Amino acid sequence: MSTKGKVTGIVSNLVTVAVDGPVAENELCYITVAGEQLLAEVIKVAGDKASVQVYESTRGLKNGDDVEFLGRMLEVSLGPGLLSGIYDGLQNNLRTMTGVFLKRGEYTDPLDREALWDFTPLAQPGDKVVAADWLGEVKEGWLPHKIMVPFSFKGEYTVKSVAPAGSYTVDQQIAVLTGSDGEDVPVTMVQRWPVKVAVRAYKEKPRPSRIMETGVRCIDTFNPIAEGGTGFIPGPFGCGKTVLQHAIAKQGDADVIVMAACGERANEVVEIFTEFPQLVDPHTGRKLMERTTIICNTSNMPVAAREASVYTAMTICEYYRAMGLKCMLLADSTSRWAQALREMSNRMEELPGQDAFPVDLSAIISNFYSRAGQVVLNNGQTGAVTFIGTVSPAGGNLKEPVTESTKKAARCFYALEQSRADQKRYPAVNPIDSYSKYLEYPEIVSYLDESVEKGWVGKVLRAKNYIRRGREMADQINILGDDGVPMSYHEAFWKSELIDFAFLQQDAFDAIDALTPLERQKFMLDLILALCDRPFEFDNFDECRNFFKELINTLRQMNYTEFKGEKFNAYEQQLRQYLA
Amino acid sequence: MATKAFQRTYTQLQAITKATVSLNARGVSNDELATVDGRLAQVVKTKGDNVTLQVFSGTEGVPTNAEVSFHGAPPTLHVSEQLSGRFFNAYGEPIDGGPAVEGEEREVGGPSVNPYKRRQPSELIPTGIAGIDLNNTLVSGQKIPFFADPDQPYNKVMADVALRADVDKIILGGMGLTNDDYLFFRHEFESAGALDKIVSFVNTTEEPPVERLLIPDMALCAAEYFAVDKNEKVLVLLTDMTLYADALSIVSNRMDQIPSKDAMPGSLYSDLAKIYEKAVQLPDGGSITIIAVTTLNDGDITHAIPDNTGYITEGQLFLRADPDTGKVIVDPFRSLSRLKQLVQGKKTREDHSQVMNAGVRLYADAQNAKTKLENGFDLSDYDLRCLDYAKEYATRLLSIDVNITVEQMLDTAWEIFAKYFSPAETGIKQALVDKYWKKKEE
Repeated sequence: MSTKGKVTGIVSNLVTVAVDGPVAENELCYITVAGEQLLAEVIKVAGDKASVQVYESTRGLKNGDDVEFLGRMLEVSLGPGLLSGIYDGLQNNLRTMTGVFLKRGEYTDPLDREALWDFTPLAQPGDKVVAADWLGEVKEGWLPHKIMVPFSFKGEYTVKSVAPAGSYTVDQQIAVLTGSDGEDVPVTMVQRWPVKVAVRAYKEKPRPSRIMETGVRCIDTFNPIAEGGTGFIPGPFGCGKTVLQHAIAKQGDADVIVMAACGERANEVVEIFTEFPQLVDPHTGRKLMERTTIICNTSNMPVAAREASVYTAMTICEYYRAMGLKCMLLADSTSRWAQALREMSNRMEELPGQDAFPVDLSAIISNFYSRAGQVVLNNGQTGAVTFIGTVSPAGGNLKEPVTESTKKAARCFYALEQSRADQKRYPAVNPIDSYSKYLEYPEIVSYLDESVEKGWVGKVLRAKNYIRRGREMADQINILGDDGVPMSYHEAFWKSELIDFAFLQQDAFDAIDALTPLERQKFMLDLILALCDRPFEFDNFDECRNFFKELINTLRQMNYTEFKGEKFNAYEQQLRQYLA
Repeated sequence: MATKAFQRTYTQLQAITKATVSLNARGVSNDELATVDGRLAQVVKTKGDNVTLQVFSGTEGVPTNAEVSFHGAPPTLHVSEQLSGRFFNAYGEPIDGGPAVEGEEREVGGPSVNPYKRRQPSELIPTGIAGIDLNNTLVSGQKIPFFADPDQPYNKVMADVALRADVDKIILGGMGLTNDDYLFFRHEFESAGALDKIVSFVNTTEEPPVERLLIPDMALCAAEYFAVDKNEKVLVLLTDMTLYADALSIVSNRMDQIPSKDAMPGSLYSDLAKIYEKAVQLPDGGSITIIAVTTLNDGDITHAIPDNTGYITEGQLFLRADPDTGKVIVDPFRSLSRLKQLVQGKKTREDHSQVMNAGVRLYADAQNAKTKLENGFDLSDYDLRCLDYAKEYATRLLSIDVNITVEQMLDTAWEIFAKYFSPAETGIKQALVDKYWKKKEE
């Protein structure tokens, strides 16, 4: 019999419940109010009182209202049909909800229970299998969607039977497995998994060893993110966080993209589901929406479900990773999630940490980031979850708890800078403060040696050095005036401007410039470095400035033209004359 | 306040703070209204039988034996066409001497629109002010605040914008308005002959601050009635949201909540988002656009209120006085409309975004020249031309007293460009220069 309870206290969405039996931390319950059932999650237990956070508005809730505990944690349904879905933080399908307004207590099925999927068996009767092993496959659009032994199965099973090739709904039995205790267990295409528990059904989790291309030059060349890597983008409002993240979502070299809109503007979600069905995935030529799943808990949706939304999104990524796919999770923004934690901690009257955030904030964040990664599956294939989160630091100040905690957890740091944004130098990623730890990984260095060219990382560091030196010179020029410094200062300054304008800055709204494949990035960096390495002799700083301005203009025009097309080559010829 | 029969009344308060009272009561539901000593209050916390009520008008003079009765429902508003042209207080009661509004009674602060049912905003809202239309174009369904120091004429600008905007209804939510400003709005609306399309909910500085907390919910409840039920284009004006946030901090403080940055409650972001996210473009043509005012302390946008606002809204319009021309201008650097690319060049002329960018870039060059001048360095010919350009650009386009069409703004910009620069210096695409460049008359 399930545990029941009665409401005894309410502060906003924190409700205290007197319970009559055992309850578990993070267990779900339904609170019945005026015929509606509101989902809530246990976040603290003291004696016979459980504190629960309600995923809905608690308006009209009364002391004495009935509560029924469900005996399980928050789970998601995993099965074919998740791609191109638009879900809320609890994985309710927003498409099938009725009415213009979200109705409290309305929960919709994330999967289409009627749809038929063409199933092809992969396992044979008699095979020994463990959790996450592949039993069969259906085509989810273009994607080979593996039907797996549910992640929750412990120990080894023997396949007793597998359904023959044919069309099935997700709820039809597609295999029967026999456990070590001799008991037969039926398996369908759907499995459920608690979102707060990491899926560990794989053989090993090696260090990331490949680069995930995004087509964004300041990332791929200067601070690349690895497949299965982690990164974060902090920045004040108006610095282009969302544009950068959308660019990565559009261009990133991944099979599956999950976008978690966590406590952000609803219109940004509208932009995704309005535009992605039209836009083409540069890697497969299919529509972007076919590889994208949206989990959205916008800023006006119930706060408690905000936390759930990032976990739901991560679990879906882990599910596709277990099929041997490259997945990417983009969460915008993890600060809103942290604020949701703060609101609850506050209402529970816990002793606050810095800026009133809960003291375990750092642990929660690093635990979440650790769920990303490249894995080797039991069958030897690999899959990856790359995770990039944005952070919205209060007042644009990076010395705040969420940014600092995230910095400890994420391996790449893309610092968006107000002053760059003010100068319209987009993407406003600061080239000096930002970093990618992956450039220090020997695996990644040798991967780049092979895939780009021998000694590539050294070249990148050399370009960074030009920028750094140019910045120092700019400071000197500002203090001493144009005439007060030697010509070499001007030259060094303009070389850094050359790299900044012609390489780091990129027009996210131009069809060609927005996406630069690594091959083209290498070509351009080589050309620009060759120009920088060449010694110049200028009579005065005006001449120096005009010369570099012209170079910059030519290189920028080049960025707008088709790679190695006629115009591109003409511009290149123009530039080569300086290198002769 | 209407009281119902069979209402249970209580007469023993356990605790009183400046903004809240608590007492033992049973069968009380969360968010419901109550009357405490004749004043309106709302349930904000229950713990066992102990109920905490937020008393909107403050607790001055409330005795421990005050009579408390519960209404059994959260705050509501009667909605119908009769709202048009009327002025109400924070409780939705008429303050213009007219009769009470008849119509369906709706709970305020209702649920959000399903994000999937939203449509992408795509209609331009012209205001006549070039600092807005040209550089930071507004789109229906957008939410955007004015960031302004208290000495800026933000209420005047907002009234101008509202009266010029092509919308079906204007809903004013005034929070902590001075009586003078309230009368100003009333006079502006009346003299424009636009009263029939305006609904006002007003809390003045003479009234208790906590009452303000009801204003946005009331205004947006009315807005949703017109936008959702009547498919109308509704513009909601909220001034001043800084005073709203201050009221939030008063209540959370009295409830012993731990403050986060700048003494604001930890839930400030969610509280503000719940209001601003009501801005929406609906599938059946109705829309709610929100223009708000957030007053700043000496231009400091890192304070928790403007900071959280900036993360929620779709841009901000920054007003400041320009010392070179003596005009109040819409700052082209710190202002931003995130939705402008949805209409620029699509609903306006093709040269819009290029002209906008060139204008701002040249204005930035003028700022650099100014810095050089202040640091005592020599100015080049280009610098001098930039400075002259900046003055004309600020006077004829950035100033808030401009009132022209978008087409006129673009033509004015081309004219000023030609006066001070060569086409190459503007960096505008050649095709557009060929078409629009104003030849100097020899």
